[in-house]
Formats: sequence, C-alpha cells, structure tokens
Amino acid sequence: MAQNQRLTVVPTVTMLGVMKSRLVGATRGHALLKKKSDALTVQFRQILKNIVTTKESMGEVMKDSSFALIEAKYVAGENIKHIVLENVQNASIKVRSRQENIAGVKIPKFEYFTDGETKNDLTGLARGGQQVQQCRAAYVKAIELLVELASLQTSFLTLDEAIKTTNRRVNALENVVKPRLENTITYIKGELDELEREDFFRLKKIQGYKKREIERQLAASKQFVEEQFAEKASNFVPVWQIPSMQSHSKIKWKGFTVNYPWKDRDTEDVVK
Amino acid sequence: MANRPQIRTAASALIAMIADEDTVVGFLLAGVGNVDLRRKTNYLIVDSKTTIKQIEDAFKEFTSREDIAIVLISQYVANRIRFLVDSYNKPIPAILEIPSKDHPYDPAQDSVLSRVKNLVSVESVASDRR
Repeated sequence: MAQNQRLTVVPTVTMLGVMKSRLVGATRGHALLKKKSDALTVQFRQILKNIVTTKESMGEVMKDSSFALIEAKYVAGENIKHIVLENVQNASIKVRSRQENIAGVKIPKFEYFTDGETKNDLTGLARGGQQVQQCRAAYVKAIELLVELASLQTSFLTLDEAIKTTNRRVNALENVVKPRLENTITYIKGELDELEREDFFRLKKIQGYKKREIERQLAASKQFVEEQFAEKASNFVPVWQIPSMQSHSKIKWKGFTVNYPWKDRDTEDVVK
Repeated sequence: MANRPQIRTAASALIAMIADEDTVVGFLLAGVGNVDLRRKTNYLIVDSKTTIKQIEDAFKEFTSREDIAIVLISQYVANRIRFLVDSYNKPIPAILEIPSKDHPYDPAQDSVLSRVKNLVSVESVASDRR
C-alpha cells in the first residue's frame, strides 16, 4: 500500500537534502509524540483507578446522606422539604474550575467553595435542628465527593480524546509520512544514480567514437600513402611495353602527356 | 487541538440536578440551589408525573447553560433519557449519575463507568498478554 506512495518532486540533489531534513523532522516529531502519548497514558490509568474507587465510595456516601435526610424528616416533620424548597435563592455552594496541564493537555479541575450564608440556617428551629444540620453536613460531604468525581470524569473524557488524537498522529507519522518520505528519498537517489550512469555511458561512448575516428583516419592516411605508392608504381611503364613508343616521341596516357626527349618532338600519339 | 472545546475558567459555576424529590431536597439543604431573576431553577424534581419531554428539555438546558459546571442526574432518570446521556460527550459540564434512594445504584448502566470498566478490562487483558 505504502510502497508506491511518494511525493511528486523533481529528483535533484537539493530536493534530496530537503527530503532528508524533513525525514529527520518527522522522526523527531514521532519520538516526541510517542513520549507525550506515554505520559498521557500513565496519567490516564491513574485517573481510571481513581474513578473506580471514587464511584464505589459514592454509593456509600449517598446512602449515608439519604439516611440523614430521613432522620431529619422524621424528627422535623414531612413539611421540612417545603421549607427547603421555598428558601432557595442563591447558591451558597459553587464550583470553581481551574486548568491543570498534563503533557500539554489542559484538564479542568473542579473544586467547590461556599459563597455566602445559607438561608437554611433557621430550618428546623422548632424541632430537629441537629438532625437537619447533620443532614446538611452529610450532603455537603456528598457534594465534595461528587465534585471530585466530576473533575475526574472530565479529566477522563479530555484525556481519552487527547490520547486518541496523539495516537492518531503517531500512527500517521509512522505509517504514512515517514514511508512516503523514505520512498521519495530512494526514488531521488535512484534517479540520481541513473543520471550518473547515463553520463558515464555517454562519456564512454564518446571516447570510443573518438578512438575509432582516429583509427579510421590513420587507416585512411595509410591507405592513401599506399595508393599513392601504387599509383606511382603503376605510372612507371617500361618504354618497350608502350606499343606506339617506337614511332612517337610524345604520348598522351590517361590525360598525361609524357615527353620522350629522345624521340622526335613533332610526333605525338594518344594512347587509348 | 482546534476541535477541542474551549475550557472555561469561570470564577464560579453552579451544580445542576435532575433527581427525585428527596435527593434534590438534600442537596438544596446543603445549598447548591439557585434561582435566577427569571425564576429559573438549576434543578428539576422528577416525580411520577414528570414526562420524558420535560426531563429532556431540562437536560438540554442544563448542558447548554454557560454557568453550570456539573450536572447531577439520578440513575433511573438517566435511564429514561439514556440516548441523550450516551450521546453527550463534552467534558464541561460534566454529567454525573448518582444513586437515588429508591433505586439501587448499578455501575453497569453508568455511561462513563461502563467505558472505564471496558478500558480497565482491556488494559488488564493487554497486560496479561504481555
């Protein structure tokens, strides 16, 4: 799949350098992201453990607080809930959120704080005041635990998302970007080698051509010399072999006029 | 990280509730209740007459309000709008399923805890294999 993938680049030495530096960058990024993913996973496991234990203890705490409410109801009468519902105005227990940074991932942490006085201070003044206050304390405790659980849960969701993203990036670098860069580098190297071989072959070819040319010229000049010699040799015709030589002093042979000074100057003959 | 929702660092935020009357009364006694100028409450009391539509509307409102950081929801109420709770995946506000008095808590039904359990079991299996 990833074998034939490569970037479309011009195979030059400059491009090779660029690709090599990009591969180095991708390798470093991959290593860093892997470290980040590991750090997040460590944190994630810790949070998982905490969530499980807190969820289990939450059941216990909620049971206690429900029990406290029933006690308060029993002592203070059933209409206490109407008083409570009527008295709701502004929240006295609020939640503050701050950010925590785990390996570059921002994680919200909740903490509750009391803000102002509760209106329920006088609730159960007639009877059961202690039970009401106990019930109140139990529910505040429950809120404390629930807020902790909420921040754990939020961290869990955020970290889960962050780990997924990081792992996706790690895998993308490892399985897509790096092979592609490596393929491109091998491609450029191959092309450059091919070019070098072509150049070498061309040089060899030219060398051979030149050598053959010199040999050919040498042979030609040798042949020329031989021909010249042969021509001279063939031009030498003994006088007695020329049929008309007895009667003619001047003969023309193949366009050449040959003088025979020992013959009469007037006589002339053309040898066919 | 562009697709990650921005985490607000508000100075203070509220805790919203969707639960049965007793649970709500308990938490109100502790002082988490809030009524704003338009007489809007940050809690919903679920009884036998409450329709699913009302619960859905309250859930959607609480999860979209800016000033709410945590939504507490009774597990049996959450079961009635399970599809909404399961499809909710934003970190803030955080959805917490709490046990109620009449309905025992079942960790298997909790949307987050089931994911946690799944991951824990997967990880323990993975560590066993190693």
